[in-house]
Amino acid sequence: MQDILLNFFNLDIYRQVWPLLMRGLGMTVLLSLLVIPLGLAFGLALAVLYTNVRSRLLKALLAVYIDVFRAVPPLVLLIVIYFGFPFLDLDIPKVMAVVLCFTLNNSCYYGEVFRAGLESLPKGQAEAARSTGLSFMQSLRYVQIPQAARNVLPDLISNSLEVIKLTTIASAVALPELLQVARNAQSVLYNPSPIVFAALLYLALLIPLVRLISRLERRRLSARH
Amino acid sequence: MNTQGLIFSFFNPDVIGKYYPFILSGMWVTVQVGAAVVATGLALGFLLAYARACGLRPANFLIVAFADVLRSLPPLVGIILLFFAFPYIGISMSAFTATWLALSLVLAAFAEEIFWAGLQATPKGLMEAGRSTGMGWGQTMWYVVWPHALKLTIPPLTNRVIAIVKNTALGAVVGLAEVVNNAQSATSSAGSATPLTLCALGSLAIFLPVVLAGRYIEKRFR
Repeated sequence: MQDILLNFFNLDIYRQVWPLLMRGLGMTVLLSLLVIPLGLAFGLALAVLYTNVRSRLLKALLAVYIDVFRAVPPLVLLIVIYFGFPFLDLDIPKVMAVVLCFTLNNSCYYGEVFRAGLESLPKGQAEAARSTGLSFMQSLRYVQIPQAARNVLPDLISNSLEVIKLTTIASAVALPELLQVARNAQSVLYNPSPIVFAALLYLALLIPLVRLISRLERRRLSARH
Repeated sequence: MNTQGLIFSFFNPDVIGKYYPFILSGMWVTVQVGAAVVATGLALGFLLAYARACGLRPANFLIVAFADVLRSLPPLVGIILLFFAFPYIGISMSAFTATWLALSLVLAAFAEEIFWAGLQATPKGLMEAGRSTGMGWGQTMWYVVWPHALKLTIPPLTNRVIAIVKNTALGAVVGLAEVVNNAQSATSSAGSATPLTLCALGSLAIFLPVVLAGRYIEKRFR
């Protein structure tokens, strides 16, 4: 018991690393604020393209692109980008590597979610919008996308939660986000309390989001009956 | 950079010849951890949902807390806690065990929630009808309610299993000799990006069939 208190919940160490972890947390938040909107934007573009393109070939290419980037584990993608770029004689900053990796990966996930949303709308929606004189883009913007997004809101939020949790892989390229700074502190102090503290911070931040998603999903499930 | 240089860096035949067995052995470890995670994660998730259906208040509180915590904690944090922090309190484990255990617990938490949602979505009349034919609670659960609930859970469960199995790559961070880890050390010892290419292709070879199977299953059971 004493061991656990000393090594996991050492309050002196908590106080000592608090400013450091807050900076790490700031980086985690910043990363999330960068990659979630990018993923949403590119995902939406992919979904609109996929649902509106007529050419079979283009559709097939899009499907391959989406499945390939859904199949490659994000960490593999990050390692290949970060350690592969120098062989192209290009230096890529850590943040850029992480943002590129997340955008490639997330846009496919968000794309699938948006596609499901757009396909859930009756065809008459787009036709009616167009027949009132709205342009293609206007019909998307004012009629289709708002309804589609509302239909898949729980999935969008749940995907975003996964993205936030996934920002921890940035530690594999030593980007100083919350997990990375906690690991650094652990190796300097010879005490794992900073990692436990970081875990507690993640929980404090994300448990409310998990509960919100559960509530939204339950509502959707009961709406089906 | 010219094409030849590009091929030399990323598709060097000599490097491929020298390192492909190393990458293949990494792929085998990835498959083993992945399979172990799916088996234990789903089994534990099922048991937890079953236990929750029994309706014991204190037990249910613990199950819900477990599910909320493990769904919120980033899997990499779980792996690092088990591997780097637990030895300080006298619990040491291999990189394989840490990766397997952390991911199994995460999958169990998600699976429990999905199984539970499936149970909740079945009409109440199923249980009542089963009981009124003289079957016990356990029998009705097993023969009547679960088969209905399982069908509802298959699409979300498939997605979740795929997402979590891909996290086996995170084992590389604690030195598990899976495909990413082996490719990284091969890259630095060969001074070539070719092992990275092999790593990407190897991961695709493992996970693309899984993603395609998931698509098929999702379409069939919708």
